[in-house]
Amino acid sequence: MARMLTVAMLAMIAAPGLFAGQTPEEKGLGIVKEADRRYSGYGDSTSNLRMILRNRQGQVSERELRIHTLEMPNDGDRSLSVFDSPADVKGTVLLTHTHKHQPDDQWLYLPALERVKRIAAQNKSGSFMGSEFSYEDIATQTIEKYSYKWLRDETCQEQECHVIERRPLDKQNSGYTRQIIWMDKEHLRTFQVEYYDRKDTLLKTLTFQDYRKYLDRFWRPHDMNMVNHQTGKSSQLLWSDYAFHSGLNLNDFNQHSLTRIR
Amino acid sequence: MHKRNTIDVGGWLGAWVVRHRWAVILLTLATVGFLASGLRHLRISNDTRVFFGEDNPEYKALKALEYVYSREQSVFFVVAPHDGNVFTRRTLTALAELTEAGWHVPSSTVVNSITNFQSTRAEGDDLIVEDLVPDPCGLSDLDLQRIRRTALAETALIDMLLSRTGHVTGVHIGFAAPEDHPPPTGEIARYVRNLAADFRTRYPDIDFHLTGSVMIDDAFAAASRRDLMTLSPIAFVVVTVLVGIGLRSFFGTFAAVLVTVLSIISALGLTGWIGMPLNAVSVGAPALMLTLAVADNIHILTTVFHYVRQGFSKHEAVAKSLQVNFKAVFLTNITTILGFMTINFSQSPPLQDLGNLVGIGVSIDLVNSVLLLPALIAVLPISTKLRRQQEPWVNLDRLADFVIRRRRLLLNSMLIVAAVCSLGILNIELDDNFLMYFDDSFEFRRATDFMIKNLRGWDVIEYSLSSGQSGGVMDPEYLATVDRFAEWYRQQPKVVHVATFVDTIKRLNKDMHGGDESYYRIPERRDLAAQYLLLYEMSLPAGRDLNSQIDIDKSASRFLVNFLSMKASELRRMDEAARQWLAANAPEPMRAPGTGLSLAWANITQRNIVAMLLGALCEVLTITVIMIFVLRSFKFVVIFLIPNLLPPFIAFGIWGIAKGQVGLALSVIVAMTLGIIVDDTIHFFVKYFRARTVDGLSPEQAVRHAFKTVGSAIGITTIVLIAGFLVMSVSHYRMNAEMGVMCAMVIGLAMVVDFFLSPTLLMKFDRPAGKLKDKV
Repeated sequence: MARMLTVAMLAMIAAPGLFAGQTPEEKGLGIVKEADRRYSGYGDSTSNLRMILRNRQGQVSERELRIHTLEMPNDGDRSLSVFDSPADVKGTVLLTHTHKHQPDDQWLYLPALERVKRIAAQNKSGSFMGSEFSYEDIATQTIEKYSYKWLRDETCQEQECHVIERRPLDKQNSGYTRQIIWMDKEHLRTFQVEYYDRKDTLLKTLTFQDYRKYLDRFWRPHDMNMVNHQTGKSSQLLWSDYAFHSGLNLNDFNQHSLTRIR
Repeated sequence: MHKRNTIDVGGWLGAWVVRHRWAVILLTLATVGFLASGLRHLRISNDTRVFFGEDNPEYKALKALEYVYSREQSVFFVVAPHDGNVFTRRTLTALAELTEAGWHVPSSTVVNSITNFQSTRAEGDDLIVEDLVPDPCGLSDLDLQRIRRTALAETALIDMLLSRTGHVTGVHIGFAAPEDHPPPTGEIARYVRNLAADFRTRYPDIDFHLTGSVMIDDAFAAASRRDLMTLSPIAFVVVTVLVGIGLRSFFGTFAAVLVTVLSIISALGLTGWIGMPLNAVSVGAPALMLTLAVADNIHILTTVFHYVRQGFSKHEAVAKSLQVNFKAVFLTNITTILGFMTINFSQSPPLQDLGNLVGIGVSIDLVNSVLLLPALIAVLPISTKLRRQQEPWVNLDRLADFVIRRRRLLLNSMLIVAAVCSLGILNIELDDNFLMYFDDSFEFRRATDFMIKNLRGWDVIEYSLSSGQSGGVMDPEYLATVDRFAEWYRQQPKVVHVATFVDTIKRLNKDMHGGDESYYRIPERRDLAAQYLLLYEMSLPAGRDLNSQIDIDKSASRFLVNFLSMKASELRRMDEAARQWLAANAPEPMRAPGTGLSLAWANITQRNIVAMLLGALCEVLTITVIMIFVLRSFKFVVIFLIPNLLPPFIAFGIWGIAKGQVGLALSVIVAMTLGIIVDDTIHFFVKYFRARTVDGLSPEQAVRHAFKTVGSAIGITTIVLIAGFLVMSVSHYRMNAEMGVMCAMVIGLAMVVDFFLSPTLLMKFDRPAGKLKDKV
């Protein structure tokens, strides 16, 4: 899921000359593909996630998860999310198989029931654990599920950035008409995403901060903040303890493995 | 006439104005012009919540609840197919289309209908969560039957989105409405009205009605605009005609009305500059100002004409009129302004706005009537060949005779009337229901009535039930208590629907056990409930999550009770009973007070009446102090107060017998009318005591003199005032209509009391032996 959340981290170098004569659509796709290329190649990763929910009253609530991700050569990533808190859902594990050309598969292991349940819903655009993130926002966004368009270049968080629009191809099951992504030109890291709801009004803004480099080549954000403009609620994701090449393999990411994870 | 005045302000002012008439006119017009430019800042409020002050406890509770969950505005489509069956391919198609269209209404955040209801079922180890009606066109008859069965068995739908017999359904569109940037209700209302019109054309065999909080806010603004567009012009015509009849002079009428209108424009402009928006109540202010202000001008003009007839030059007449009238005009205006300013004691801002606006208007007119009006008359070509004075329509001498002869009978009958009316007051019930303020001429009112008759109620009480601990809403104990509370509520009269997420949990438990009905109950373990809910939440589409029902810490949940139309007293009783139930059956953290706009309305009149009684008391005290200075006698101040306190008392008695319900608008009547009705009494008393002291007449003769000198003036101003207030009663907004009728009644009664009771009291208590202090 580390990758899930970094959706938009996909980015790429845009040496201006490289894209001469391209349509904005081709340019957008080109940038995103390059960003994906730079993001990939880590094999597997683990990280800890703290989720902080805030409402307008200033009330705060936290959740904690551990995330394992495995890159797949010819398919979307596999990921496991282990819930550590709140106590009532401790030990619950979410297994996700993302796919490039078909809806993702998801299973949830419920320790209280000692059973694995498949989440058979098509439309998962609702809230993830009561937060302002939907599953759609934090799932790995495989390039193939969107159409892209480069809009302009501008400064974001004091860097030169590309501004790219993407539209979900499966309109029926998405909560958005489009998203606008800002990524820096140098490393193609995502710094901001704006989400537009089904009638194309700005619903949420996600900002990325505290990027750190791992293994001398993988940039990962450690602070992501989603603000819902319509309700005034916000959710913050704090990442820590990134580790790569932990030797995870396919057997760790199937339905039977769910019951073994602690 | 005023020889005894030590400082003759009026006389000096009169002479000054006549001398500098052009400067006065130009300066006043410039000032008016500047103030009037504020008109472009004038706004009309469309927020029905303006009625609640920031300190209103029920409103504060509601806001706290909305902070934890979310504040939502709504549009509710009531959908009624003519064939009486919602579950046909055609109607379901219309519903699915309307549901989809709902997502495209500006600012909408959630759309709920039976078609997108998230039905759950288990298939092996899969939890399937999907729209109840995924594709209405392709449904077989069997599907239709299945969907009908499922829907009619669903607690969350029945009496909320679907009628028990399945003949009427609804589509709810929600709008997130944070306080700092509320949704554009006017734009939304226009959009959904067009949407409804479009669906009516495409589905002529289905009725679509529009209600919900957005539509009320829109109706509220529409009521304001409508009243502004109708009341003021009608009042203008009525008052102009009455003044014309009274003065019988074209330029006199022109001057009187012009000065008043300029005063009103200045007051409204000033309101615009201050930034105070108009609302459905304060839009009545221009009509009121017109009525109240024109009376002063009549007084001054009548005197001018009187002196012109007596052979004075026009300029002399104008100066003399100010000399004679200045004090009375000043005094009567001060009491009127005082009365309207007293409305600030009210806890409801729109009423305060009305009071302040009228107060400002009357103040400006006071200045204009002693500066601009005389200056205008001085330059206007008013005919000096006036006809001789008309005989009054009523023979005041005979009226005076009658009162003097029958004073014992009159006094006794007044006492009897007062006694009977006190019985009427016992019949008064405090009741406020915002819905009822709009009459049938509003589309939203008819739609809401239809909804109440066919689908669900209007009034709502909401609770935020806390478990006292993080994640505590999953606790079986907590769930069981909430469930019992829901059960208790469902057994109460007039309860239509109880919505709680406990029903969702029960349904999930059943689904997790292969649909076994015996598992339609609360899970025994807290972690089970939490994990079911986690699974369920992960399966929901956007806008359908539980965030508006459970707080982020999962420590409290929202609980909503929908009622058939309730009286304010019934709502208060219900709230009280629920509190007692919670106190007896629920742990401490869960004992929350009920909240919601219905309850806030149910309590507002009571709170306001207490505040306004205090306000009226202060007003009476102030008037008492003023009158002590004027009359210089405690005894006569008491006699002065009786005929002014009696009319509102009798009027409320009559209201109690005739109607019974008293709402927010009527709570300010006493304070508002008191300042107006004392005017006539002041006039009568001033003339009476002058006759007693200056002319040395007996009480009987003095009464006769007072009748002769001010009787017709009291009559004319009363007629103008009654006419002006009755104009308000044509409003389709009941608050204004009631206020108008009640004020007209009080003012009418005040005249009766001034003619029949004040003289009798004076004759009874003003014994010739008694020492009468020198005054006036």
